[in-house]
Amino acid sequence: MRKFVKNYLSYTVIGSLAIILTIMGAIGALPGTTLALLEQSAIAIVLAVSLNMVVGFLGELSLGHAGFMCIGAYVGGKLAVLLSSSLGGTNILTVILALIIGGLAAGLCGFIVGLPALRLRGDYLAIVTLAFGEIVKNIIENSEFFGSHTGLRTPDFTTNRSMRFMLFTIGAVVVLLTIFVIQNVIKSKHGRAITAIRDNEIAARATGINVTKYKLMGFVVSAVFAGLAGVLYSYSVQSIQAVTFDYNYSIEILVIVVLGGMTVNGSIISAVLITALNNILQTKLGGNIAVAKDLIYALVLILLVIYRNAPSLKTFREKYNLGNLWIKLIKPKNDPSKVGEDAVRWDVVPTKISMDEVLSTDVIIDTTGDNSADIGERGGNK
Amino acid sequence: MAKFIDNVKSFVNTKILKKSHKRENIESSYVLETKALGITFGGLKAAQNVNLKIKKNQIYGLIGPNGAGKTTVFNLLTGVYQPTDGEFFLNGENLTGLPQDKINHKGIARTFQNIRLFNNMTVVRNVMVGLANQPEFKCNLFESIFRLPRHFKVEKAMREKAKELLRIFDLEDERNNLACNLPYGKQRKLEIARALATNPKLLLLDEPAAGMNPHETEDLVNTIKIIREKFDMTILLIEHDMKFVSGLCDEITVLNFGTVLAEGDTKAALNNPEVIKAYIGG
Repeated sequence: MRKFVKNYLSYTVIGSLAIILTIMGAIGALPGTTLALLEQSAIAIVLAVSLNMVVGFLGELSLGHAGFMCIGAYVGGKLAVLLSSSLGGTNILTVILALIIGGLAAGLCGFIVGLPALRLRGDYLAIVTLAFGEIVKNIIENSEFFGSHTGLRTPDFTTNRSMRFMLFTIGAVVVLLTIFVIQNVIKSKHGRAITAIRDNEIAARATGINVTKYKLMGFVVSAVFAGLAGVLYSYSVQSIQAVTFDYNYSIEILVIVVLGGMTVNGSIISAVLITALNNILQTKLGGNIAVAKDLIYALVLILLVIYRNAPSLKTFREKYNLGNLWIKLIKPKNDPSKVGEDAVRWDVVPTKISMDEVLSTDVIIDTTGDNSADIGERGGNK
Repeated sequence: MAKFIDNVKSFVNTKILKKSHKRENIESSYVLETKALGITFGGLKAAQNVNLKIKKNQIYGLIGPNGAGKTTVFNLLTGVYQPTDGEFFLNGENLTGLPQDKINHKGIARTFQNIRLFNNMTVVRNVMVGLANQPEFKCNLFESIFRLPRHFKVEKAMREKAKELLRIFDLEDERNNLACNLPYGKQRKLEIARALATNPKLLLLDEPAAGMNPHETEDLVNTIKIIREKFDMTILLIEHDMKFVSGLCDEITVLNFGTVLAEGDTKAALNNPEVIKAYIGG
């Protein structure tokens, strides 16, 4: 049961939600605006989960996620436009083809950019990916083929209800596919190599991990799914403009990932919450939303940090911790110190070390080692 | 023009195809043999003319005062630095100039002076990272994503092998704890277990006893002896604890200011007046 919950929780929740909503949509219980909101959530989830692959598991900061999304959106959108005369723009085959081609195009760009860029680290990689996003945006904005600055009109899915509905179903399938692939990559030997690089790159090299290969693997997988999200986006809005995919958008995705605690399930939850928040702000505040949005994002982030760390809220947090609640629900008599092989974070990390424990451990502070001779200081920064 | 083309060709060969070292193998009865190995950082000769000859199943010590270039030699042997002079051979195979992961695949594994574990991963997974490159655990990305039967087979086999390794190091009960939560002595052991998981022919230990209490050191001596017997392993280690060295090593090399001061039998080398002078001064 535990294992099942741990591995398939996100699939089951999202899958069943998708089915329920599909049925609700089919009988006409969902208004069009709600469907649009759900589509936006689906896109945000795909983006957040795929960016989390780079930020959360590979441990590198990428600010070019909107760039990959932009490539996916334009390649997929243009393909649908080109195919609209022969196959029909809103045909399901066209959509699937567009998803495949758009995803592959973004993945290819990820490969080309990642090959040189992933030799860099930290801030430098962030700058390169940021530049990449801007370059993509500007090239597409100035290309006649992609409709230059007037944007690209993609097939209209809103004309008829069943069309809109198909798009939503496809979105749900893409979300499930994203979670499936990324979870499975992470929970395999390849994923272990990727997290090993995050934890200690020097040790990973010495343990025989081809660091460039695995970094590239993570980066490309992330780019492919950003491309898929882009294709979905281009269909859900009918008219795409390159200006949308600026670096603010990348930052927004990053905020979602960071807010989600850089885990897969957290990214899903925070993607839905942020989309909902966005939507509420848009409907309540109307016109001048851009300023207020950033302000409220910042407020939410600050409040969360305070909530996470405030000493006066400690007992509250421990009592109503979502993780602890799950454990209580699943196994009431379970000893939290004895957990399964693939233990999830919240029950492994000790909350606080008591002074007795500190005194009883055998740790002796190393004063003899000349740490400057170790490669961390010199060789590590090559 | 012809000269320019030659320049381009040599650039492509050295920088892109990495053919600078025409690696020639030699006939050698030693597990590790270095020939005039050295590196200079600018004008600083961090290590020069280091000739090590390590026989199979030997425990070999590399000692010297602080800043003598011991860790530099380790970094040369594992490909962290590319040697500016000389070559080194593992069982006669020239490994000079290979990248770190390739050297590890060929059979040199190491531990670090300040422990470098994968802190946010469980103990068993730390070892499984080391196992991943062995040919019997081959499984490509496609098979992992779509959970084909081979993925499960390989994962299970890896987990069993990792547990087996951890049992030898008496870490099996800790296998589901995060590596960063282990006590110091166990972290050391885990680092050695992870290095052994890559199935090396030569194990490099960088100050394994640093920061350990006498009890832990004694435990470590036993562990190293067990490694030598069970895995038929050749071990090269750096250490400052002379009791540890003289009790464990068959032969040693003493370095000072990047050069070899003395080498050979442990007792004789330690009683060499030059060595005593280097350590005590005068």
